[in-house]
Amino acid sequence: MRGGCESRLTINEETGEKMAQVKAPKPSALATPHPARTAPAATAAPAGQEMTGAQAVVKSLELAGATDVFGLPGGTILPTYDPLMDSTQLRHILVRHEQGAGHAAEGYAHATGRPGVCIATSGPGATNLVTPIADANMDSIPLVAITGQVGASMIGTDAFQEADIVGITQPITKHNVLVTDPNEIPKAIAEAFYIATHGRPGPVLVDIAKSAQQETMNFVWPERIDLPGFNSGARPHAKTVQEAARLLATARRPVLYVGGGVIRSGASAGLRKLTDLSGAAVVTTLMARGALPDSHPQHLGMPGMHGTVAAVAALQKADLVVALGARFDDRVTGKLESFAPHATIVHADIDPAEIGKNRAVDVPIVGDLKDVFEALVPALAAEHQQHGRPDLEAWWAQLDDWRSTYGLGYTPTDDGLSSPQHVIQRLGEISGPETIFTAGVGQHQMWASQFIKYERPNSWINSGGLGTMGFSVPAAMGAKVGDPDRTVWAIDGDGCFQMTNQELVTCAINEIPIKVAIVNNSSLGMVRQWQTLFYDKRYSNTDLHTGHGTKRIPDFVKLAEAMGCAGLRCESDADVDATIKRAMEINDQPVVVDFTVSRDAMVWPMVAAGTSNDEIQYARGIAPEWDRGEEE
Amino acid sequence: MTTHTLSVLVENKPGVLARVSGLFSRRAFNIKSLAVGETEYPEISRITVVVDVDELPLEQVTKQLNKLVHVLKIVELEPDKSVQRDLLLIKVRADARQRADVLQIVDLFRAHVVDVATDSLVIEAVGSREKLEALLAALKPHDIREIVQSGTVAIGRGPRSITERAFERVSA
Repeated sequence: MRGGCESRLTINEETGEKMAQVKAPKPSALATPHPARTAPAATAAPAGQEMTGAQAVVKSLELAGATDVFGLPGGTILPTYDPLMDSTQLRHILVRHEQGAGHAAEGYAHATGRPGVCIATSGPGATNLVTPIADANMDSIPLVAITGQVGASMIGTDAFQEADIVGITQPITKHNVLVTDPNEIPKAIAEAFYIATHGRPGPVLVDIAKSAQQETMNFVWPERIDLPGFNSGARPHAKTVQEAARLLATARRPVLYVGGGVIRSGASAGLRKLTDLSGAAVVTTLMARGALPDSHPQHLGMPGMHGTVAAVAALQKADLVVALGARFDDRVTGKLESFAPHATIVHADIDPAEIGKNRAVDVPIVGDLKDVFEALVPALAAEHQQHGRPDLEAWWAQLDDWRSTYGLGYTPTDDGLSSPQHVIQRLGEISGPETIFTAGVGQHQMWASQFIKYERPNSWINSGGLGTMGFSVPAAMGAKVGDPDRTVWAIDGDGCFQMTNQELVTCAINEIPIKVAIVNNSSLGMVRQWQTLFYDKRYSNTDLHTGHGTKRIPDFVKLAEAMGCAGLRCESDADVDATIKRAMEINDQPVVVDFTVSRDAMVWPMVAAGTSNDEIQYARGIAPEWDRGEEE
Repeated sequence: MTTHTLSVLVENKPGVLARVSGLFSRRAFNIKSLAVGETEYPEISRITVVVDVDELPLEQVTKQLNKLVHVLKIVELEPDKSVQRDLLLIKVRADARQRADVLQIVDLFRAHVVDVATDSLVIEAVGSREKLEALLAALKPHDIREIVQSGTVAIGRGPRSITERAFERVSA
């Protein structure tokens, strides 16, 4: 504490502000979270080994522990692709579009917890990575993107395939860097992996001039990472942990609001302990599905715009909300001013900037969720010992009433076509909890989040923050590469599928047997739902002509076959189970199943955008009566 | 909204200024003034940013700035505990008849004349933003041809150095 003119900033001490620390944590060594997968130190190059910059890129990726990389070569990255051919450690998967490489790297990171790596050339190759980089930034996915750049002497001349990708990606990366000196390559790549995986994970881009790849350099792998301005996270403050424990021990209507940070931290075991010990209700956001098994009796499901009534109501009526690696996203809070109006807020997050960003916080805890649980669980146990357990009986009676009255369900549409919810529910039930499910963005994503029961972390991979249509096929490819022993189902919409399906070619050729379920409602379904509800059923540009009773352009079965995949079609409820089972039996090539479903099915419950969570509709025109009984 | 002066110590690397200023605009903050220069340690640059912003958003932007890898330290300098100065150069049309009037104003504000031509003067003034605004107001009746001003630079009063500890981290 330095007082005086700095006093204003030192008030942030409890949130772990960099400037309030007496001594910044100094990363002592380059350690990825999974040391077992990093290259053994013995293979590290001796200091001063001479090689080309391109060889240095490959060697650096190897030393950083990468084993699988997704990319597509082009002019300015060509030098690196030559030594890449000889690497025995790196498996390079040649994608058909750089966006696919980026999402595959994300899916890989999602499924394994290890950083995903993608490679592209300069200009359009690099700009094609922009969407996955932005996606990884929003969902805190550790991603390292390597791009070629035009030769150093050409930079700034509008050279062929030149784009200032460092400038372009500055707002959407955790960090990025342009390398023009080949001697800087090992340090730049080592730092990229470090930054991507430490603290709140995120994407890091390393842009390497072609000249730097071609020149000879002196390879020195950094012994330690020296980033004086990088804060990889504080330890949770004992005082605030104590305060959180006291609140959890005394609250009458406590809710744990669990976000994707619990998944990223690998803190599910700790969450389970806190859940069991506290007796609190638990909600898991779209990014946190699977952080606590859906079968856990205290789990109320997903909160937010399409959350369960019980989860949304629990937050609205809570007297204590403990946010764990969540960021009070507008899709969760609805109208912010009326979100959880009676609740004291405890907010634990590794990123101090998230605390107080959207919702004022009563008890801030900055730290890795694993450390938070490690400290909070015994602190709560001590509170219980001293003051006894809180009486949550009335709270649970209320919660159970909401759960039983307003359970998740759906009414089949009257056009006689399959219900998409049924298809997705059966996929979950038949394929089981050991499966990895990915999704695109839209109605199918919400149904996949609602109607599949997730029992373990990293079994649900989707694009939450950015909402990137086309995410699911390449992400499934990456997940399957990272975790090849698991069944990977990409649950996709007919709109999403048409954005990135070319990666099925990559899957077929590289023997990555993913399974794709196209929930084909012949339209941009979520947009159509909003048109139904808010635009007087004027269906402007949402008809895709792919489904039942249309010309089926494209014909997804034929398209699948053309791409070297098995193609199946299912058009009625009666065939759903048999078709899923048939798809499950095909393991020597990717499978695409075209499930033709009703276009009139809608995602419920729903909190309309910009309105209060109190105005949730259980189904169209039906508002739950949760204000019955005692009110404060 | 109130005015805040932030000293942002950054690693002296290419592109850092763009990262810092980009963050302000991205998060919808208006920069009133920005000045950057090397410090007593060549490894460290110091950016002085003046922003009009409420307390809570200021905390948010400070936290976001802290996440930039090359940002070492951010300190808010409070007006009464720091010295804050701007530099202003003013070109005034002043022939022999008006010169005496202008020079009187220059003296009153303890400014200097740094260039003289037959019908113009260039005045150099250093001071707080308020003082310089007062000087400009005083000169208003005269024909001001051109003005240029630096961003505010600021330093805390008393013996402590905010760069020292940041340097320990860079050099450790």
